[in-house]
Amino acid sequence: MGKFDNHGLKAISPLGGHEPRVDAFTGLLIREVADRALASLAARQGQEEAVKSAAASYLGGALPAPASWSEAGVYAAWWMGPDLWMVSAPHDSHELMAGDLKQAVGDAGSVVEQTDGWCRFDIEGPRCFDVLERLCNANVRAGKAGDATRTSMEHLGVFLLCQEPGQKYAVIGPRSSAGSLHHALVAAAKSVI
Amino acid sequence: MTDAVMNAGRVAFQADGSTGARKGVQVNRLDGGLIKGSKALTFTFDGKSYKGFEGDTLASALLANGVRLMGRSFKYHRPRGVLTSGSEEPNALVELRSGGRQEPNTRATVAELYDGLEANSQNRWPSLQHDFMAINDRFSNFLTAGFYYKTFMWPAAFWEKLYEPIIRKAAGLGSISFEADPDAYDKGFLHCDLLVIGAGPTGLMAALTAGRAGAQVIIADEDFLLGGRLNAETFGVGDLTGAAWVEQAQAELAAMPNVRVMPRTTIIGAFDHGIYGAVERVSDHVLAPEAGKPRQILWRIYSKRAMLAAGATERPIAFENNDRPGVMLAGAVRAYANRWAVTPDQTVAVFTNNDDGHRTAADLIAKGVKVTAVIDTRPDAPKVEGAELFAGAQVIDTKGRLGLEWARVRLANGTTRDVPCGALAVSGGWNPNVHLTCHQRGRPAWREDIAAFVPAGELPQNMSVAGAANGDFSTAAALRAGAEGAVAALSELGIETKAGDLPEAEDAPVNVTPFWYVKEGKGRAWLDQQNDVTVKDVKLAHQENFRSVEHLKRYTTLGMATDQGKTSNMGGLAIMAELAGKQIPEVGTTMFRPPYTPVSFGVMAGRSVGEEFRPTRKTPSHKWAEEQGAVFVEVGQWLRAQWFPKAGETHWRQSVDREVLQTRNSVGICDVTTLGKIDVQGKDAAEFLNKIYANAFAKLPVGKVRYGLMLREDGIAYDDGTAARFAEDHFVVTTTTANAVLVYRNMEFARQCLFPDMDVQLISTTEAWAQFAVAGPNARKLLQKVVDPEFDISNEAFPFMGCGEITVAGGCRARLFRISFSGELAYEIAVPTRYGDAMIRKLMEAGEEFGAVPYGTEALGVMRIEKGHAAGNELNGTTSALNLGMGKMVSKKKDCIGNTLSEREGMNQEDALKLVGFKPVNAADPVQAGAHLMNADGEVSAATDQGYITSAAYSPVLGCSIGIGFLKSGDSRKGEVIRAVNPLEGKEIQVEVVSAHFVDPEGERLRG
Amino acid sequence: MIINHPILGPRDSQEFTYLGDAALIDRPDWQAENAADQFHDYLYLRDNPAGEHRELWFHEQGDRSWLVVTRNTVTHEILNVELARDVARARGRSK
Repeated sequence: MGKFDNHGLKAISPLGGHEPRVDAFTGLLIREVADRALASLAARQGQEEAVKSAAASYLGGALPAPASWSEAGVYAAWWMGPDLWMVSAPHDSHELMAGDLKQAVGDAGSVVEQTDGWCRFDIEGPRCFDVLERLCNANVRAGKAGDATRTSMEHLGVFLLCQEPGQKYAVIGPRSSAGSLHHALVAAAKSVI
Repeated sequence: MTDAVMNAGRVAFQADGSTGARKGVQVNRLDGGLIKGSKALTFTFDGKSYKGFEGDTLASALLANGVRLMGRSFKYHRPRGVLTSGSEEPNALVELRSGGRQEPNTRATVAELYDGLEANSQNRWPSLQHDFMAINDRFSNFLTAGFYYKTFMWPAAFWEKLYEPIIRKAAGLGSISFEADPDAYDKGFLHCDLLVIGAGPTGLMAALTAGRAGAQVIIADEDFLLGGRLNAETFGVGDLTGAAWVEQAQAELAAMPNVRVMPRTTIIGAFDHGIYGAVERVSDHVLAPEAGKPRQILWRIYSKRAMLAAGATERPIAFENNDRPGVMLAGAVRAYANRWAVTPDQTVAVFTNNDDGHRTAADLIAKGVKVTAVIDTRPDAPKVEGAELFAGAQVIDTKGRLGLEWARVRLANGTTRDVPCGALAVSGGWNPNVHLTCHQRGRPAWREDIAAFVPAGELPQNMSVAGAANGDFSTAAALRAGAEGAVAALSELGIETKAGDLPEAEDAPVNVTPFWYVKEGKGRAWLDQQNDVTVKDVKLAHQENFRSVEHLKRYTTLGMATDQGKTSNMGGLAIMAELAGKQIPEVGTTMFRPPYTPVSFGVMAGRSVGEEFRPTRKTPSHKWAEEQGAVFVEVGQWLRAQWFPKAGETHWRQSVDREVLQTRNSVGICDVTTLGKIDVQGKDAAEFLNKIYANAFAKLPVGKVRYGLMLREDGIAYDDGTAARFAEDHFVVTTTTANAVLVYRNMEFARQCLFPDMDVQLISTTEAWAQFAVAGPNARKLLQKVVDPEFDISNEAFPFMGCGEITVAGGCRARLFRISFSGELAYEIAVPTRYGDAMIRKLMEAGEEFGAVPYGTEALGVMRIEKGHAAGNELNGTTSALNLGMGKMVSKKKDCIGNTLSEREGMNQEDALKLVGFKPVNAADPVQAGAHLMNADGEVSAATDQGYITSAAYSPVLGCSIGIGFLKSGDSRKGEVIRAVNPLEGKEIQVEVVSAHFVDPEGERLRG
Repeated sequence: MIINHPILGPRDSQEFTYLGDAALIDRPDWQAENAADQFHDYLYLRDNPAGEHRELWFHEQGDRSWLVVTRNTVTHEILNVELARDVARARGRSK
């Protein structure tokens, strides 16, 4: 994580390390992800279509529909609420994405830097369903790739992005509780596997 | 019959060799059954070691070993044995395991046997055989229903301190070890099209039908073996034995990826809209859970349709001394014989009012057990092969001190006959398990033909009932109902399928003549064995005019405690109906509530125990603070540094005083990330803040910060903070740490519900920025070393209440706010959270030449009290802007939440409470928060109350204790000496009323 | 309970925070002649019917929408769910 520290301050990951944490289980990998920049994008009143079109040209793909996420090139985005999205891109190349995105949407949208508001754990492997059903009420077995669900794990509000049903998900939660969220993921994995 | 005769009979019977090789080890073990006889397990009961087999329950293994006495009753300490073979068991309650894993009140009938199982009987002293408290039984005439209410009425104060503790000690169930439970419990969430509750013939057929149709199915059963009564009966299904058919069905279900089979899982409650609670016992059948694995899981099941196939529960008949160990339900005796290859004794008699009781006799005879008599209340009772039949007869009494020896029978011709028996199998008919149908608004209806209540009324949404739970008692009817029920449920979901061919099975009709209790006899006939409620108690309740079944339950305790009257309620209300001259359906049942069977607290708590009780939020400087040896305090979910002890400091006050003085004399640094931060944007952002805050924001210039006070609609202040304007259409609002969630919710309410056309967008950014307060005369000098040189932060360029975006440490983007909570020259500087750890280190390094100190929440608190700033103690849910000395801030020129109602007369009285400061007249006196204020002279009373102190601290600057608080007309009473009283601790000191701004009242420092 | 969110479909009520009577949307005009009385009634006088009730629920562990849920308080049957913002606009609220 040193690449983007082009100043005198060295970054640490949400779990407090200089390298992201990885926990491996038979059939499940839990990876801390700290290399994504995030910015929220909200449509201004009456500017819903304008912001969608401006964002589409900036991102190279349409903003996702409710309860979904999508990706195009280096960008990914998920729906957070009515007329509100989170946009994500590699941190190394897009640390200042919030500013760029604001330029792109102008007065049609409100953009807020969110990079360090969140922690993210990617979980991969065939035991995803079994572990997730101990953690949240999302109906993951009926889910499909591209689902983005805001749900609750360990009493924390999180986003659950499905990349491949039963195989690959991203769990994105509040950064200050990264330790608690990670503990819950690991405890559920140990409980199941 | 004497013991000698009984024993002689038993020995003779054993000697005939009709039972097999297992008998060598276990005196009452038979051949056959569904136990794995190859694997002997060792267990202890009351310290004595026994052997059993895999597939046994604790109850079946004890019976196999000839142990009939398993417990003492709740009130009278009567010796009791097992009554049932299932979760409805009222008597055989034991303490399972020991130490932190000890579990009281476990029904031996559902405790699956494992090697090393340890169980102890309850509610007896010193032993089960010789229980001192059995003396209660001698005084039973005094201990009838309502005894406690009538006897321990006077004096009232004695109840809590004397009577109740004694009664609780004497009458009771199991005990807890008071050690922490070392095991984990999980929670989880499941979704399905069809939830099948119960895996007997009905449930299995339903799951097979729905599973074959491709639906998402969950089938759950509380038993560790699927099959329900098919395991307990000798009926075949198609060409197979019942058990073999179950095995085949289970194998087919297991091969379907769309079906989840959940044995050892009790559906404990039916909640709204198809949600069910389930407890899965993952590790209760092993010595200890595997590392990391839970003991139990509490599942929340979201079902589109549910089928209740929970079967039926047999009910006893009440007669004198029907509670001796050995008196059991007939269906249970049959289940022990057929499933567990156990007979409770080698001589058994049957007492029944229906055909089903005869099956027990037939099955026992087939197993080679001697059946001494079948006593049938019906004069037209069917014939019995291999045992004497007494038709139209009744059991009127039993004998046997710690276990049944014989039963006295009143024959149809009026004579009596004593029937020798070590066990008496009693059947009063079967009650459908309607419980879950009533968890919402369902009320069962009486069906005369089976003399039982069946589900009726408004069932839980999308629930259907099938099989014995619906009053269809034959195997053939169960299979049919299961298949047809599944087809119907799926059809409602748009999945069309057919019932398919059903295997042939017995289809016997129900022949039962209701018979609830034997009228003959002066002794006690037990209805509810768990609560020691007799027929006489019900009569007494009726005599004392208790007419509602709910009142009967509360008065007599009939149907309370762990079994919730599963075997006793029906008898109680039948007797009540008879006494009132009513029909049973007119009396009705008591309310059935969740949980269906007892649930451990552990599984309800889940993983949320100890340090994981709730998630912990850590500040960006947490790791660094830990390295400094900081003492942490929980503030909401946050862990914040409370103070930073230095070597040689032995008392927290030394650390806090040092932190305060060093900050005020030079510079201190504090992590203030925990304050809520909400980003507010949009064309109407300023107008929106005008609505949210009591004071005006529209004219706040870009690059400036303003203090803001938020009111509730009733005019009470509830939060305060600052709003910084970064652009015409962009503010960052801060909230107190505790109220961040509430303020955000209220702002969304205002945005969506009150001002839906305002162009304003909100999002929380609390966690995105690591924010540090840098306070003290050297704050600017310190920051100038960190802030990149192109940003001028001199007093002229960056005055008090300024804000702006800057960079630090050679290009790291940051936000700088010139605000002060301490009253000193102060800033708050924010960097992206990932750099927070590096930033605190950088700030401390830069501050070294000034002797910079980190300060914690205590020093923060002391400094804000010295400065007279309100915090949570002052914004306590009763105080208005006027009370806080900010009455003039509430703008009259604009609408804002709370302004209209804050103008109410009652909130603007002349002598209203005002926030002021207090100094002790005698400098050594400590000022106490919570102390009430009284005038210098006069009575100390609520009527003369002048206000109260909200916050107090030792001020190292003033060298004495100080306080702030609310005093009637406080702003005009400065200089007055009054009393601060603490009647709870008998303390009273004299304090002088002063300005709340103890330090730098003119505010020169923070502007310097 | 399951609340059928107008955008997200069926969601567990555990994800929501309950506020109460949807009449809280009808905040009075502060400049009305009897504004104090109107605000008093608005804040303190609520219906508490046994039966159909329009209520405000906040999808706090979800998309942060305020919803107006029409619910039978006796049976818990949920008859209608709307976005509160739409309801507010329909009731004449604007800025």
